[in-house]
Amino acid sequence: MDQVITILVDGITYASWLFIVALGLTLVFGVMKILNIAHGSFYALGAYAAATFVAWFATLQLAPSLSLVTMFLAAVAVAVLVAPLCERGLLRFFYGRDEVLLVLVTYALFLIMDDLTKLIWGANPYYVSQPYSLFGNVTIGAQSYVGYDFLLVGVAVIVGIAVWWGLKRTRQGKIVLAVIHSEEIASSMGVNVSRVYTLAFGIGIFLAALGGALTAPMISVQPGLSVGVIIISFAVVIIGGLGSIPGAAIGALIVGLARSLAVHTAPVAELFAVYVVMAIVLVFRPEGLFTLTRARKI
Amino acid sequence: MRSLINDPPIKTPPPGVQRKLITGVALIALLIAVGPFLPKWLTFLITMAASHGLVSLGIIFLMRGGVVSFGQGLVFAIGGYVAALAFVKLGFTDAIGLTFIGGLGAALVALPFAPLIARYRGIFFAMLTLALSMVVYGILVKTDVLGGSDGFNMGRPTLFGQQLADILSGYVLYPLTVVISGAVALAARVYFDSPRGLISLAVRDNELRVEYLGASVRQTMAINFVLAAFVGGIGGALTVLSLGHVNPDFSYWTTSGEFVFVAILGGYHSVLAVFVASTVLEIVRSFSGLYFPDTWQLVLGVFLLTVIRFLPHGIGSLWSNRELFKRKGGEK
Repeated sequence: MDQVITILVDGITYASWLFIVALGLTLVFGVMKILNIAHGSFYALGAYAAATFVAWFATLQLAPSLSLVTMFLAAVAVAVLVAPLCERGLLRFFYGRDEVLLVLVTYALFLIMDDLTKLIWGANPYYVSQPYSLFGNVTIGAQSYVGYDFLLVGVAVIVGIAVWWGLKRTRQGKIVLAVIHSEEIASSMGVNVSRVYTLAFGIGIFLAALGGALTAPMISVQPGLSVGVIIISFAVVIIGGLGSIPGAAIGALIVGLARSLAVHTAPVAELFAVYVVMAIVLVFRPEGLFTLTRARKI
Repeated sequence: MRSLINDPPIKTPPPGVQRKLITGVALIALLIAVGPFLPKWLTFLITMAASHGLVSLGIIFLMRGGVVSFGQGLVFAIGGYVAALAFVKLGFTDAIGLTFIGGLGAALVALPFAPLIARYRGIFFAMLTLALSMVVYGILVKTDVLGGSDGFNMGRPTLFGQQLADILSGYVLYPLTVVISGAVALAARVYFDSPRGLISLAVRDNELRVEYLGASVRQTMAINFVLAAFVGGIGGALTVLSLGHVNPDFSYWTTSGEFVFVAILGGYHSVLAVFVASTVLEIVRSFSGLYFPDTWQLVLGVFLLTVIRFLPHGIGSLWSNRELFKRKGGEK
């Protein structure tokens, strides 16, 4: 029984930061039709930025709980400074090209960003562990869990609801939906499509960076962070269906639970359990769980 | 395949094929002839470019049908592992035999997945192939018999029953790789210009029309997938013969990314362009490894962006089918 709870808690914790990251990925794909390989690099950038901000914050001698705010600010900084630079300075030159070619463009961006982060922060790992102990431990059954993990679950739920509400219930969100539906008609109705792109990309990158900032205290921040995250968040959005918010949530839960089940029962399978699940889902639902089948074009 | 309409079947190959084949043979002969005069680093670079080029050529088989595999590292790894295992466990040491065992191994692994994968297009094809390669990566890393994440070494292969001296082996593997890659490349050209090969291009343009004309899209895609695996497996085996080492990174997604990079850089119209692109990548890799060891990915990324921006059809578009690109006028 205890093991079942451990698997569930681990799986859901893992799923919650993964959901935040994958939500950004699915949003960018939904609006811009770009499957962003560099998404993982923005995740890593968020983690590095958080490491820097928190270390700098520690020198100020303020209340330790405020370090969470600095982590949030780190993600905002990445979204405001780097995202528009990449979108306006690079991606917009490739709009309208083949989807797979765009994947390759973001692959190039990933290569560049990976080296740039290494140049800026060096190859040595950073540790930002003090926010991790802010919330003490929670005991369930015989096991005790770190309180911070549950904070993560809370943030994921809030972020999910906020994005859903923003898209469905606000004017700005409806404009974004219109662009998703038909970019051409939206622009002929007077929507500034390129502004929507910049906005959507910014929010998507903010979510990636937020995921990175929030996980920074749980891991050692070092090169190679981006590579693993990209593929696993791809698996999430592919399982859930590209461009679907509930899909990202379900996908993250499936991946999180599959991974923690593998870690706790068959460690050998840890590395590929996720991809097996993804392959199985694709076999039965080729477009993912939450995508409507599209008509074939003649 | 025969169309429902009673047109006479195409018998003569499209114009220019013979010219291309002769150019290819001449190029292979030239590379072998100059081999002994080249410095060792250069022959090694060309060996790697040719064997990696084959793996990217596999992606071209798929790209002509409009899909791109992001998991081509899978067949690269299988080809390499199968050849190395045959050498180490079975004691089979003939270089040519090992190469084809590698290719066959990869094709056999791909075969059961082919009908399934042939159903997918675009991003989903890319992601499913990527998932397969990562599953294999995970298995290889965790298999201690195969050396886990370190992989394992293999010794020097033999050729026609002859033991190759250490000094000689580099010089023998170079022409061997050039000849095998060249032969496969020429065969690929013949296949691309055959009716079945041309159907792939039609599938790329419009699948439904191809079905209405009486050809099977799925069958075409499935066959292309297996052929891509065979060619990629040969490339993997040749690489392992020259390196003498194989490890799970062969199947990692960034390795596959490099193969896609070369395929895009070459473009799907010219087979030669793929090998040129592969050579360019190897040159960029070795030189930036030498001069900017910490930022070679950055160099590669900038280079890739430049190519996609200014040469959207690959470097092959510089010399082949100029009229085609003009007529189509920058497809979207």
